[in-house]
Amino acid sequence: MSVQPEVPVIERVCVIGAGAIGSLLAAHLSQVCEVWVLTRRPEHARRLREEGLRVSGKSNLQARVGATSEAAELPEFDLGIVAVKATELDQVGRRLAGLAGRATMMTIQNGLGAEQVISAHGSWPLISAVTFMSGNRHGDVHVEYELDTPTWLGPWAGTHTDYAVVERVAALINESGLRAEPLPDLVPAQWSKLIFNSAVNSVAALTGLPHVALFAAQDEPAALGHVVRALVDEGKAVAAASGIELYEDPWEMNLLAVARGETAASDYAHLPSMLEDVRARRPTEVDFIAGALTREATRLGVAAPVTAAAYQLIKGKEASWRQASPADAQTAAEVKR
Amino acid sequence: MAPGEPGGRANGCGGEALRVCIVGCGAVGSLFAAHLAQVDGVEVWAYDVVTEHVEAINSHGLRLVGEAHLTGQVRARTDAAQLPPCDFGIVATKSMYTRAAIEQAAHAFGAGAVASVQNGVGNEEVIAEHVQRVIRGTTFPAGRVLEPGLVQMDTRGDTWLGPFEPQPAALEEVRRLAEAITAGGMNTHALADARGAQWTKLIFNAATNPIGALTRLTHGRVCELPQTRELVSQLVAEGCAVADALGITLDSDPDELVDHAAQVAYEHRASMLQDVLSQRVTEVDALNGGIVRFGEQHGVPTPLNRAIAALIKGLEHSFEQPR
Repeated sequence: MSVQPEVPVIERVCVIGAGAIGSLLAAHLSQVCEVWVLTRRPEHARRLREEGLRVSGKSNLQARVGATSEAAELPEFDLGIVAVKATELDQVGRRLAGLAGRATMMTIQNGLGAEQVISAHGSWPLISAVTFMSGNRHGDVHVEYELDTPTWLGPWAGTHTDYAVVERVAALINESGLRAEPLPDLVPAQWSKLIFNSAVNSVAALTGLPHVALFAAQDEPAALGHVVRALVDEGKAVAAASGIELYEDPWEMNLLAVARGETAASDYAHLPSMLEDVRARRPTEVDFIAGALTREATRLGVAAPVTAAAYQLIKGKEASWRQASPADAQTAAEVKR
Repeated sequence: MAPGEPGGRANGCGGEALRVCIVGCGAVGSLFAAHLAQVDGVEVWAYDVVTEHVEAINSHGLRLVGEAHLTGQVRARTDAAQLPPCDFGIVATKSMYTRAAIEQAAHAFGAGAVASVQNGVGNEEVIAEHVQRVIRGTTFPAGRVLEPGLVQMDTRGDTWLGPFEPQPAALEEVRRLAEAITAGGMNTHALADARGAQWTKLIFNAATNPIGALTRLTHGRVCELPQTRELVSQLVAEGCAVADALGITLDSDPDELVDHAAQVAYEHRASMLQDVLSQRVTEVDALNGGIVRFGEQHGVPTPLNRAIAALIKGLEHSFEQPR
């Protein structure tokens, strides 16, 4: 007699952090299970409880979610999706410590190292995820679903996450109207995206350009595509030295994204999150992206000078926001000619 | 002779006037023009495309304030066809306008020699396409145009001139020009080989200016932050390797200049940062782009200068992006 394998049950999901990605996940998943949202601001939670969460763009939804800014007020849940920025992971890990004993936690940050930060605060089984979807927040209770590209997820090697749970989570995300793909080993995909982000987000943050066709241009000696290419090639050398076979070639990912994002008027091109951070003068995720690759390169003895330069320049940019007399304050009139 | 009236053919010998034309009379060009105009026997002309500035100079003279307080009588023109034959030209445009400017003005230097006092490398090569005898130059004084006809001199400093090797002016000619500029109050050296001075400044500028432009940090803060200071040193090292391959002996260690500048110019915003803040095209092609080109010619890899040049060009493109 064959024994039917037990299908893991996910009845209640908690999304931690309601930025663009967190909001998209919360609103969609609420169509197929109970969803709670843990916010940083009480006001944000109150509005989510009272007004729900609206999605426009690639989906059209009005979602009902539970919401609180107090981690202790959360009911027990089966799946936690940590969707805060990488720079806020440690703080959020501290808020969750000792809670959600039966939950599996899923990290979905850009770059490397999110799982280690969360695992320092609890013994939850962890799922690693990388996402290519994107959204634009229009306030606390409205998010626009921009790119409907998939999320990849897999068990994190540091814990003993049951692959059946990973498959169940992927199925749930697909049922909810978003796209997900389970992978037995996420590392190749995670590194593909890490290298893609190290190149594209760094160049966007430093030039102020959204992800436009120039990112693939290699026609002239000083064409921007050469820097993107150099960053990608350095990242691939680091991956190779680590023995990681990439899931997708990051340069091809760049070409594809540019072909998709670029319209006749390039004003619709995707705004990488690091450029959003720069424009808002928020700390960026560079330590987890180009910074993480630079550290890996040093550890493995691989030359990655352009990646290191991108990291150094973005740290410099962050430092400029703390300048006593910001250079930005100088007006054009003062430096005419 | 009344200001603004072309005189007879000048040759700079005997009692006749030495006639010098500044090509590109912005901040730096104006410093040279106004100082040279102080010297007896030097007749100064200027070619510039900014009508208001040219008209103000012709009406009220060219006035300097700041580190210098003087007014020079300068014959300024927006139409290069009105320039008389000159003994010397001094090109002081931004480097991206060298070609357009010298194409227009070259007829005035049929018998004269032309010096570049511009930023970066590659300007002399462009000038030499249009003029027979060329002078390599590097200058440290800086300033800004406050209003038409009025220029603030922010910093004093020396100027180095030498024959441009592929199409040289005679060293004797270089000396004559250097002596005239020095007599006007701007200390100028005539050298047989001016490449060391030029590449020292080039490497310094290429390692610091774009870092300021990309991060928006003032020079002192670029030097304070370990990450950016390290990047400066790496860019300096690439530049020095290229200079080495060219057989150039630098005047001083650019890395030491960087630290010295952090002391004396902590709050200084690199000119490239000023360009970026005003959303103007920068001189990166003559700075990092120049190091890359000369590196290529001599088989010296310059991955960081190449990346920096492309990032700055990308930043320039962002000025045209809708926000």
